[in-house]
Amino acid sequence: MSEITREDVQHLAGLARIALTDDEVTSLTAELSQIVDAIATVREVAGDDIPATSHPVPMANVLREDVVGETLTHEQAFAGAPSHDGERFRVTAILGEEQ
Amino acid sequence: MKAKLMDFDKALELFEPVLGFEVHVELGTKTKMFSAAPNPAHPEFHGAEPNTLIDPLSLGLPGSLPVTNETAVRYSISLGLALGCEIATSCRFARKNYFYPDTPKNYQISQYDEPIAFEGQVEIELANGRQFTVPIERAHMEEDAGKLTHVGGSTGRIQGAEYSLVDYNRAGVPLVEIVTHMIFGAEHDAPELAKAYVGAIRDIVLSLGISEARMERGNLRCDANVSLRPRGSERLGTRTETKNVNSMRSVERAVRYEIQRQAAILADGGTITQETRHWHEDTGATSPGRPKSDADDYRYFPEPDLLPVEPSRALVEELRAALPEQPVARKRRLKAEWGFSDLEFQDVVNGDMLHLVDATVAAGAAPQSARKWWTGEIARVANERGVEAASLVEPAHVAELQRLIDEGVLTDRLARQALEGVMAGEGSPAEVAEARGLKVVIDESALVAAVDEALAAQPDVLQKIRDGKVQAAGAVIGAVMKAMRGQADAARVREIVLERASG
Amino acid sequence: MEQAPSELTRLPGHELATLIAAGDVSSVEATQAHLDRIAAVDGEIHAFLHVNGGALEQAKAIDERRASGEQLHALAGAPVAIKDVLCTIGMPSTSGSRILEGWVPPYDATVVARLKAAGLVALGKTNMDEFAMGSSTEHSAYGPTRNPWDTERIPGGSGGGSAAAVAAFEAPFALGSDTGGSIRQPAAVTGTVGVKPTYGGVSRYGAIALASSLDQVGPVTRTVLDSALIHDVIGGHDPHDSTSLKREWPSFTAAAREGAASGSLAGLKVGVVKELDSEGIAADVQARFKETVQVLTDAGAEVVEVSCPSFAYSVAAYYLILPAEASSNLARFDSVRFGLRVEQQGQTVEDVMAASREAGFGPEVKRRIILGTYALSAGYYDAYYGSAQKVRTLIQRDFDAAFEQADLLISPAAPTTAFKIGEKIDDPLAMYVNDITTIPANLAGIPGMGLPMGLGDDGLPVGLQLLAPMFEDARLYRAGATIEALLADGWGGILTTKAPELAGGAA
Repeated sequence: MSEITREDVQHLAGLARIALTDDEVTSLTAELSQIVDAIATVREVAGDDIPATSHPVPMANVLREDVVGETLTHEQAFAGAPSHDGERFRVTAILGEEQ
Repeated sequence: MKAKLMDFDKALELFEPVLGFEVHVELGTKTKMFSAAPNPAHPEFHGAEPNTLIDPLSLGLPGSLPVTNETAVRYSISLGLALGCEIATSCRFARKNYFYPDTPKNYQISQYDEPIAFEGQVEIELANGRQFTVPIERAHMEEDAGKLTHVGGSTGRIQGAEYSLVDYNRAGVPLVEIVTHMIFGAEHDAPELAKAYVGAIRDIVLSLGISEARMERGNLRCDANVSLRPRGSERLGTRTETKNVNSMRSVERAVRYEIQRQAAILADGGTITQETRHWHEDTGATSPGRPKSDADDYRYFPEPDLLPVEPSRALVEELRAALPEQPVARKRRLKAEWGFSDLEFQDVVNGDMLHLVDATVAAGAAPQSARKWWTGEIARVANERGVEAASLVEPAHVAELQRLIDEGVLTDRLARQALEGVMAGEGSPAEVAEARGLKVVIDESALVAAVDEALAAQPDVLQKIRDGKVQAAGAVIGAVMKAMRGQADAARVREIVLERASG
Repeated sequence: MEQAPSELTRLPGHELATLIAAGDVSSVEATQAHLDRIAAVDGEIHAFLHVNGGALEQAKAIDERRASGEQLHALAGAPVAIKDVLCTIGMPSTSGSRILEGWVPPYDATVVARLKAAGLVALGKTNMDEFAMGSSTEHSAYGPTRNPWDTERIPGGSGGGSAAAVAAFEAPFALGSDTGGSIRQPAAVTGTVGVKPTYGGVSRYGAIALASSLDQVGPVTRTVLDSALIHDVIGGHDPHDSTSLKREWPSFTAAAREGAASGSLAGLKVGVVKELDSEGIAADVQARFKETVQVLTDAGAEVVEVSCPSFAYSVAAYYLILPAEASSNLARFDSVRFGLRVEQQGQTVEDVMAASREAGFGPEVKRRIILGTYALSAGYYDAYYGSAQKVRTLIQRDFDAAFEQADLLISPAAPTTAFKIGEKIDDPLAMYVNDITTIPANLAGIPGMGLPMGLGDDGLPVGLQLLAPMFEDARLYRAGATIEALLADGWGGILTTKAPELAGGAA
């Protein structure tokens, strides 16, 4: 049924930014095929005439007044940061361009 | 490395340019799109220290949730209406998933299949009088990303940097992205059309008062799509998307450059790569960014933390009724109101100074005086320095400068010196004049003589002043200023009048 | 009235709160008793990931405020355990993940702020499956929690820590979160009570998101009334959560008291969901369920059978929607602003992010992120995520039809009693199918309650699930308290009092 290949899993891991080991790719390839087969049953009942529900309680227009609220201090912002210079968060060199 | 370019006219002989634009407008609300953190695009929060305009959502902290800013929605509807768009009866937000360090949640909340505004048009008038309609596909709401600073390496650019620093102040600033349909038929006017289109968006946004629309500050950002289609062919060419174009002049230059570059490649039998390109102001060239690939799988899905926005028709009509006029109509009206000659008006438009003259007039200057400042001295300095005139001086300061001349505080020559100080950031014209001692110097005895002469000529006024009706002094001051051909300090004249009248 | 400290921990929460409010027991005494109990038994149970070092100080402050004559909330001074999925100022909030080890949030979740405002004293943070992905608490990065009824067995999940803490008398009250049964299923297998409120009834602000359209925070306790008391404190509109409902909710405490007092279910129409009482439900669970239906009938309820044919697709829809939303919600764990960073010289930030996420996430989290990424990726969205959302509509329609025929729906809360630790860890699909009874309520957004209905053949608790229509949470408390009282009459006390004594807990 669902043919999920090692390459598929590697591609998905790239999109999800997880450096999977070879062993993980192997086991996930097998598991994913099995899981996808099981969950693909949703297609059996999803007729064109059935609307999608993305939110369980229908509501709309939940808006906030444009009024300034509390902000974080540098101390709060950087308390959990792996690396920073006191003003900004620090990351190693970036390979790709901005989106 | 500079690419091979084909002569522009030759390129147009062989190919038809097809354009498309994505313009991002930062809205000047007080708070961010989805949280109550202060918005750095609001004047009150300009120049804030890095990472001070942040809250849990701006950092994408675990557990934080978005709530939509009502004012941003209103601004977006107004902008959509001004673009001639239909306003959706229901629209929603989606998540655009991609990893990048300036994107705190590693997804951007944007609108995907249900934008708030769609199908509009913008009327544009080019310098040669040509009318052009730019078709708008959609305008949608989204949030901005943070700012990266690249450290190490030689240029401060991303390549070669050792590490990068991230400031999330800008993360979550409300944006409206305006996307055009493909634009055909611009032909030789393509570069100018690009500039005029961005100018038109800027004018619309300013007239709505929803953004400061300063390109140099990133309030308004343009991505220009260019492709070439061989003459006689039905098939569209491959397009490139040029980013990082942050002045109107650059938009024009970048489009011209891409036409010439692509034409040279195609004429040599090469193919265009579909890619993002970056504009470099210093070299006047574009360079390739990331090629488009399947890595651009953004996995859009409806944002489950937010609910649909359903603008009521009453709100839409209320905002429609409050719309300012369209730019082309506005141009016609202003030309008539200001009484400029065709040549004078074209000068203002070509210099992209219509909004500057308008703001200066609004601040109290006579139209002709405002025009002379902007197209004269300020344009000269802007040209000399290769910057936008708007970045040199505020319209209100130009109006103040003119007022100081009209009141006789400064001569034309002194006013130009004061302007120099204003452009150097020394303060307002009055402050500069004070600090630099630029006030008109006049012989005190000549003033006294003139006052005595005027008082003698108007004995009834003299009597009124002596009776305590000090406001009657105005008539005498006017006569003295006239006699001194305006080059006197009106306040000092008043003092002398009161002194002599009582003495 | 004098109470031995060990007896304080065995009191239902509302009784303990009453003693504190009357000044018979101080908050310090109550808190100390629970801290002692945690010290004695948590080595065995491992319900807590973090014990609040400031608990006694907070208790003292409450006692002082009471002594000064201040009018306090009815629960002020009572201790509470908080699931680690919730952000707490001053206490690490890891969601059971290595990637957030030691992370202390700069803000409180709304529910935590409301507990604080009411004067409850946080005992600490409870263990859970990593990012609430699991039904056994075996997927915690910090080791499994053990079921107080049999420490070889799982306490359910993802909120196994909160359920076990309450069942082992380490806390009278706890908070949980329920995305597909993470409150109700642990309640079922530990003989405790847990409620998943109507979606939007309780704020999600500050709850580390698993699947935003399914998650709901709720109470975990030993009695129905205790859950109602906590629900009344944490519920209601929160402007920080767009999906929070702007409604006036009735007093759930009043509903529970009425239900307990009435002793009758006359006039109540109860629907037995055919699809949740058949295949895959263990024989002893089915037997207890039948007996319970009889108790309900004897108490005057009219029991009818209802059919919800689309429930057959609920597990499939759930395991598309949850991973899809989770893959996006967990993208923020990238080692830039918070959390674990794994870095080597010369790596680009892309490499660092991928290495950090590889090291910081456990296997189940990676499995679901990859699955969710797949379900959302170009070309598959309509077939998978899109179809799953349509199934959601069908399930809502099934519930609408069922609630035309019945005021409440009932089913077993879990298909079996607690299984052995390690028994299903290598078979994710078997684990997923286990959630069949609880998942439909999350997909539809309706409220549900898990409460004890007896013991299985192995002497382990069996749970009953009550489901009410959207917004009708009060109906759960009213009927739940009646059923609890009827069953306790038969047992001679609530079920948790029957739990075997723990080795370290002998008073």
